[in-house]
Amino acid sequence: MNVLNFIQAFFSDGSHWHGYDGIPTRVAEHIQYSLQALAIAAAIGLPIGLVTGHYGRGGNTLALVATGSRSLPTFGLLVLMVTWLGFGLTPVMIPLVVLAIPPVLVTTYEAVRSVDPSPVDAARGMGMHESRILFQVELPGALPLILGGLRSAAIQIVSTATIAAYVGLGGLGRYIIDGLYQRNYEKVVGGATLVALMALVTIGVFWAISRITVSPGVRRSG
Amino acid sequence: MIRIDSVTKRYPDGTVAVDRLSLEIPDRSITVLVGPSGCGKTTTLRMINRMVEPSEGAITLDGVDISRQPVNSLRRSMGYVIQNAGLFQHRTIVDNIATVPRLLGWNKARARSRARELMERVGLDGSLAKRYPYQLSGGQQQRVGVARALAADPPVLLMDEPFSAVDPIVRKGLQEELLRIQDELGKTIVFVTHDIDEAIRLGSMVAVMRTGGRLAQFAPPAELLSSPADTFVEDFLGVDRGIRRLSFFTSETLELEKTPIVAVDATAEQIASRSTSETPYLLVTGLDGRPLGWSEPGDLVAGDITPEQLLSYGHPFEYGRDSLRAALDAAVLSPTGWAVAVDGAGRAAGVVSQQTIGEAIRAAHAKGLTDAKVAG
Repeated sequence: MNVLNFIQAFFSDGSHWHGYDGIPTRVAEHIQYSLQALAIAAAIGLPIGLVTGHYGRGGNTLALVATGSRSLPTFGLLVLMVTWLGFGLTPVMIPLVVLAIPPVLVTTYEAVRSVDPSPVDAARGMGMHESRILFQVELPGALPLILGGLRSAAIQIVSTATIAAYVGLGGLGRYIIDGLYQRNYEKVVGGATLVALMALVTIGVFWAISRITVSPGVRRSG
Repeated sequence: MIRIDSVTKRYPDGTVAVDRLSLEIPDRSITVLVGPSGCGKTTTLRMINRMVEPSEGAITLDGVDISRQPVNSLRRSMGYVIQNAGLFQHRTIVDNIATVPRLLGWNKARARSRARELMERVGLDGSLAKRYPYQLSGGQQQRVGVARALAADPPVLLMDEPFSAVDPIVRKGLQEELLRIQDELGKTIVFVTHDIDEAIRLGSMVAVMRTGGRLAQFAPPAELLSSPADTFVEDFLGVDRGIRRLSFFTSETLELEKTPIVAVDATAEQIASRSTSETPYLLVTGLDGRPLGWSEPGDLVAGDITPEQLLSYGHPFEYGRDSLRAALDAAVLSPTGWAVAVDGAGRAAGVVSQQTIGEAIRAAHAKGLTDAKVAG
């Protein structure tokens, strides 16, 4: 039996489409974990990246923090957090957020730094407040790169959120872990396929977001 | 009036960008700051809108110290144009121009209609309004930059090498456009450039600055060319300052020779009577009076004059409107050594020899010297 057969068998099994272990439930859980982690990572990474990028200070510190957090093994962190905090959503969120912050933070910083300085100079000379310069001049120009950073963070979160299943939570990791435990490879492959699909959907969603939010003037000139 | 009063800018590392500079920038005219790179001209400009704060000295605008004014409202009262225009890539042309009115709290519709008005003023086609900056040429972008600076109708315009990044032909067009706009609007313009030709062309007053941020000379362009303060200014003006100075003398003083001109349908008598010993050539004009070319009288056969047999006359100069420089250039380029003067409609008004132009130049210089003495 090859992988395609596994996939076909998994998705055609009617029992996989409803109930607490059904595909819609697991996908919804997975999306929920992913969005939550991405929202927290963005809430931390975007403001810091924007402000440090605007003032051009703290780049070295950022690089250090990013490298440091990248070197933390996600699974190790999960185990550590569970030992420390017990079971629950928080110990899962922490490693996911730690994983997602570096791409968001570093890309945002670099994106703002790489905005053409002459419109910024012009804006300042016209009497724009610093916050307006950041949000109305730098951010629109930096947006394609910033969205790129958020996208890679989102993809990493989506593919890593399977770890939630290790600590008894749901999400698509459930199929993979249960399947491995039960030696039900149909389930393993089905779960993995769903994770891969979700990563692709994420790419599509970000493409749509950038079509809507990035000005045509920036999109074509960049 | 903008008054720069012994202003020094010293950076923390000890570099002195501007050194005890004092300037009085007259209202409603173009004052050009010119000098080699590193002479502090841009720093001086940027101190006027407080993009750079002086280390010592003060700058006053209509008697008020600018350091006492809120920085953003000060900047909004001064248009700011920079090299490469610095347009906002994510905004359409009309929204770029509407920036300062919007900052001042105008509603969108009013700001946009003002922006469209300005597009017309700077010579931009209205069809470009909805375009994005990347869709425009460098020269068009720079026009947008000027329009954006003028949008809120500020009394002062600061221009930092605005035309340096465009090619010479476009630059000349932009310079003419600026002079035309200035004729209409009468702004107080401070213009920074490293190009002395541009300075002389645009400035009512020119401040030549030297490396180290010191003022070398502050004078109207004609005076700069006739009496440079020192060898630095003289070198900076270049070797042809004498020729360039002729731009400031009118061609009106030239005495035109009207005899050696015949129309293309001239009779044999006319050809004979208009040839004189002083003018070995005759200028042939079309029936509309426009010059066609030169010919020796002996080569002209009445009734059979063709434009192909004529010698080119180079280019004409417009009598009274063009300067002695244009007249001299016309004479130098003419194969006969005679310049052709035309009236406003392009009809031949007369011809003039290099020798006559030379006399006019000497007379103008003599007059310029007495004028300078009277002024001094």
